[in-house]
Amino acid sequence: MTVAEPNPPKIRVRNLHKSFGDKHVLKGLDLDVGASESVVVIGGSGTGKSVLLKCILGLLVPEEGSIEVDGEEVVGMSGRDLERIRRKFGMLFQNAALFDSLPVWENVAFGLTQGEGVGRAEAKEIALAKLAAVGLGPEVGELWPAELSGGMRKRVGLARAIATEPEIIFFDEPTTGLDPIMGDVINDLIVTCVHELGATALSITHDMASARKIANRIAMLFDGRIIWAGPVAEVDSSDNLYVDQFIHGRAEGPIKMEVRAL
Amino acid sequence: MPILQPLGRAFLIFLAAAGRLTLFAANAVSHCLRPPLYPRLILRQMIEIGYYSLPVVGLTAIFTGMVLALQSYTGFARFSAESAIPNVVIVSITRELGPVLAGLMVAGRVGAAMAAEIGTMRVTEQIDALDTLATNPFKYLIAPRLIAGLTMLPLLVLVADIIGVFGGYVVSIYKLGFNPATYMENTLDFMETQDVVSGLVKAAVFGFLITLMGCYHGYRSRGGAQGVGAATTNAVVSASILILCSNYFITELFFAK
Repeated sequence: MTVAEPNPPKIRVRNLHKSFGDKHVLKGLDLDVGASESVVVIGGSGTGKSVLLKCILGLLVPEEGSIEVDGEEVVGMSGRDLERIRRKFGMLFQNAALFDSLPVWENVAFGLTQGEGVGRAEAKEIALAKLAAVGLGPEVGELWPAELSGGMRKRVGLARAIATEPEIIFFDEPTTGLDPIMGDVINDLIVTCVHELGATALSITHDMASARKIANRIAMLFDGRIIWAGPVAEVDSSDNLYVDQFIHGRAEGPIKMEVRAL
Repeated sequence: MPILQPLGRAFLIFLAAAGRLTLFAANAVSHCLRPPLYPRLILRQMIEIGYYSLPVVGLTAIFTGMVLALQSYTGFARFSAESAIPNVVIVSITRELGPVLAGLMVAGRVGAAMAAEIGTMRVTEQIDALDTLATNPFKYLIAPRLIAGLTMLPLLVLVADIIGVFGGYVVSIYKLGFNPATYMENTLDFMETQDVVSGLVKAAVFGFLITLMGCYHGYRSRGGAQGVGAATTNAVVSASILILCSNYFITELFFAK
């Protein structure tokens, strides 16, 4: 193997377009995520970060463009093929999206019992081990999602995302709505879990502390495109006015917030 | 012509909605027919739809049967045709009132709950989560509900028929002074298999429509609490209207000469 040969990207997104009605959210987005790499997409609220994740997962269908996962085209896939691709993924949703109708351990075990046909007893054992991995005791497994605090929900969501030991994990605003300390606990858990699984991670956030902690590489999404991407160490010396404005959280700069609806 | 424009637009919107609903229904039905099915979930929905609707349906049926006897008595007494009351009660209950009233009550109870539950799952991303866990929401959420609705409504209507006839019996015997034995005999004489069967077929169709509307509107709800509220309303209203419309056409299918 020569050193010059770059690893083929785990996820390759090219010229992705997605609109909702008149609103053109993604306007030709390109992004590569290498194997075992952790990429964080930063960008303001409503710039289409979640839309990007949902397009890759096949939850939304883009109008134009190509998304390859392990070299396989995902756009236009359906049925069993799509299910097979989705088994490679785990996702931590913004508000955890736990199933209210199931106790916590069944939530964590869901991908195992439903997706992979693991028996209930065995799945419960795995679920409790995963809960332990995110710092929750076995007694939490018997609770219902409605009984959990925000931080606990995020942890359970994380346990569910890693339960099937996926190759790729998506994190949708993992620290939003948490206090800074709990946010950092979640960041640490994400780093540990991703590292232990050797998984590829793609996260979206507008929390720079979180981005710096979990990213190998940062990409900035603005106006439907990735306008800057680079290693996390270079984010402070990007010489990109948009990136500078965002990471320092300044109201003045090239990014104008639309305070009034048009 | 500016007058025709909104008309055309409304028509196109209607066609799009009809198309969406048809595709949704076709997809849902195909998942009801293809394994794997989820017996545990189907059973849970059967209990939710069938067992827990019993009090509501039973109360509706008994008072309907009672008022039916009372009203037809005042009517028929004018031309001394009181003896037709058992006939009127059994035919109206089994053919029309049992299935339609039970259907409407279940639409209010179950259709609303279903739309609210699935709608909340939609807006809190739980349905997206199902998808990412490689579980088809049609298979996991919608098929069990449709199967339970289709099978439980006929059973509920059977119970409603019995309770409704009993309500008419109670009023006729204790208030209108009928002879119990003659009343029962007349009731059984006038009971036709076709009447009961048509009522049960209606019930199955209504059960399908109620659960389909609950699932469809819930599944498509958008935008938080308000969206879920709108989905709930739409589910109940559309299910009720579809029940009344389809009721006419099924009746025509069975009884039109």
